[in-house]
Amino acid sequence: MVKRLSVLDANRCTGCQSCMFACSRRFGVGGLAYSAIHVRSVGGIEHGFVVIVCRACPDPPCAKVCPVDALKVRVGGGVILDAAKCIGCGFCAKSCPYGAIFWNERENKPNICVYCGYCAGYCPHEVIALEELG
Amino acid sequence: MDEYLKNILYIDLSRKRFWVEDRGSLFEEYLGGVGVASKILLEECPKNADPLGPENVIVFAVGPLNGLFPLASKTVACFKSPLTKSYGESHAGGRSAIAIRQAGYGAIVIKGASETPVYVAVHGKNIIFRNASALWGLRNSITVGRVLREIEGGAGVRTIMRIGVAGENLVSYASVNTETYRHFGRLGLGAVFGSKKLKAVIVSGKTMISVSNVKRYRELYDKIYTTSIKSSVMKKYHDLGTASNIIPLNTIHALPTKNLRESSFEYAENISGERLAEKYLGRRVACAHCPIACIHLAALREPYVTEPYFYKTTMISYDHELLYALGSMIGVKDTEGVLKLIDEVEKWGVDAMMTGTVLAWMTEAYERGIVGENEILGLKLEWGSVESYTKAIEYIVKGVNEFYKTASKGLDALTSRYGGEEFSLSYGGNGMPGYHTGPGAHLTYLTGARHSHLDSAGYSLDQETLKGKQLSEKEIAEKLYHEESWRQILSSLVVCFFSRGIYTPETVCETLDILGYSFNEVELKRLGEKILSNKNDFKEREGFNMLNQRFPKRIFETPTPFGLLEEKTLYESVKEFYKILKERARNS
Repeated sequence: MVKRLSVLDANRCTGCQSCMFACSRRFGVGGLAYSAIHVRSVGGIEHGFVVIVCRACPDPPCAKVCPVDALKVRVGGGVILDAAKCIGCGFCAKSCPYGAIFWNERENKPNICVYCGYCAGYCPHEVIALEELG
Repeated sequence: MDEYLKNILYIDLSRKRFWVEDRGSLFEEYLGGVGVASKILLEECPKNADPLGPENVIVFAVGPLNGLFPLASKTVACFKSPLTKSYGESHAGGRSAIAIRQAGYGAIVIKGASETPVYVAVHGKNIIFRNASALWGLRNSITVGRVLREIEGGAGVRTIMRIGVAGENLVSYASVNTETYRHFGRLGLGAVFGSKKLKAVIVSGKTMISVSNVKRYRELYDKIYTTSIKSSVMKKYHDLGTASNIIPLNTIHALPTKNLRESSFEYAENISGERLAEKYLGRRVACAHCPIACIHLAALREPYVTEPYFYKTTMISYDHELLYALGSMIGVKDTEGVLKLIDEVEKWGVDAMMTGTVLAWMTEAYERGIVGENEILGLKLEWGSVESYTKAIEYIVKGVNEFYKTASKGLDALTSRYGGEEFSLSYGGNGMPGYHTGPGAHLTYLTGARHSHLDSAGYSLDQETLKGKQLSEKEIAEKLYHEESWRQILSSLVVCFFSRGIYTPETVCETLDILGYSFNEVELKRLGEKILSNKNDFKEREGFNMLNQRFPKRIFETPTPFGLLEEKTLYESVKEFYKILKERARNS
């Protein structure tokens, strides 16, 4: 079964961003340049947080707008990036209504979630989890 | 060292210029954080500089662990303090440390002064000076954040450090607020911002920090992360937060009450972490890259008296220090009263602890007839009078008459004008923190480089000593000295002091080793002593002499858990501390 990351309860999120750091660390680096998950406040920390992750859409707009077919639709939903093909136009990021495609300034390419769930292992408050798509 | 940490961004507000310098050797020698910031302060701030003149500098510094390891969530600010006219150092979390590190800098140095209000936006390599005249005078510092949040980018990876009206009006203990609920609270950084016509500094970025040994890095990360989320100490900070201290301190008679005329408070339950968690806790939040989430926000629901079923709900961040300073210290006996006062200091942008000790002094001075109606302008300054205190804070911030203007300069200004020194809880000019636990606490306040309870945590030593054997004057001094010097390392990395049990010397060495530094435990401790010595050099250069410092008389009149403190023994410990400091400085 294919999997995707799911936000179980954003109200439990404390904004620690451990997930964001985990995502970059998965690529063997510190900082946040390679993160494909984002946590920000709902317009002010007093109102809580938004956790932005790729929903693994069955019919993803990001793949449709890619002019060079660098984003392939994954069987079951979501996309897979072929970085060698990507020309860094940024259309994919603009097309995502959730803003779940983040820009990697260093590579000039999108950070696309690979649905590995590494980030979920570092959520201390059970906000996110990897779940089966079905 | 990675490619970014060594970069220092210099911002000159007078000329509206900025530049970046590679200071790799400085970061190699001093790691970052306080080690680097205190050294830059010595370099950049001339002797006898006016703390509110353009010659004062503000240094924000982060360290090698920020952005790489959990609980490394703090930024250190160094400046000359307008409150103590001496060494100024203040720490804050929020997103400040991650944002500075992720913007690609190890430190940001702000010099000069603008003629008109400005704010500075640092988005990675893009540095922009923006007009802030429309923001100047905005009544509520929280609104300042709200406005800037809308017009600047970087949501989620930025810090918005700003001042309120208190900073603009140069109140000597004005704070700098970051991410609404965290502060560079102590020693008046807000006034230094105000004197430079600097309303806010916004920093954002998303850089990559390279690590050479990825496997070891991940393993060590996991070890620290797992230890922190499983630790019982960290659980305490998560569950009730620092507010959990109120009841235990009150039980042992260590909670300063009514200007420390008493050391336990009849209504302590009402301002306790337990009461707040049960009745008001609305949300817990974390600093960036800290899984603990110790920040507790109370939801205060208040009805509008003019219309039925019409309410406003305010989220107010509380901690032990605020509950002490705006609760027991001024005799506020109801939970909502304390929360309202916390919200007031937040809006105006003043240090809660200093405000509490000033209000406590004012209340006692009025009671004793040292100041009269003419001075206090008809306010009913009585213990627990929330409405009068609310008004008094406004009068102080606005400096409405000579008395309140003097109060805006702190306790020492008040006592040199009106007397009443014997009940002024001032340490080197800084208001006393919320622990009357014994000799250790008060020695920390006096000998600590920034007169903060966090300098050498004597309050913690006292509580340990209570359970074990009594310490001699020399033993206390030694323990405080070693604690303070080790803390220089923690605040150079820069990790949160709450994680000091996790970042042991051994673990710190491991993290540094992975990042390519070669320090053993002995060398690290020696570096801590050297940094402490640098800080002391700045203080002495500005005329500070530890041996001339006096303990407030009041602390000897109110019993601690150890009974009444003895003046002679305390001064003996100060001498011992000074001796060790000097000896170790010569060795380092």
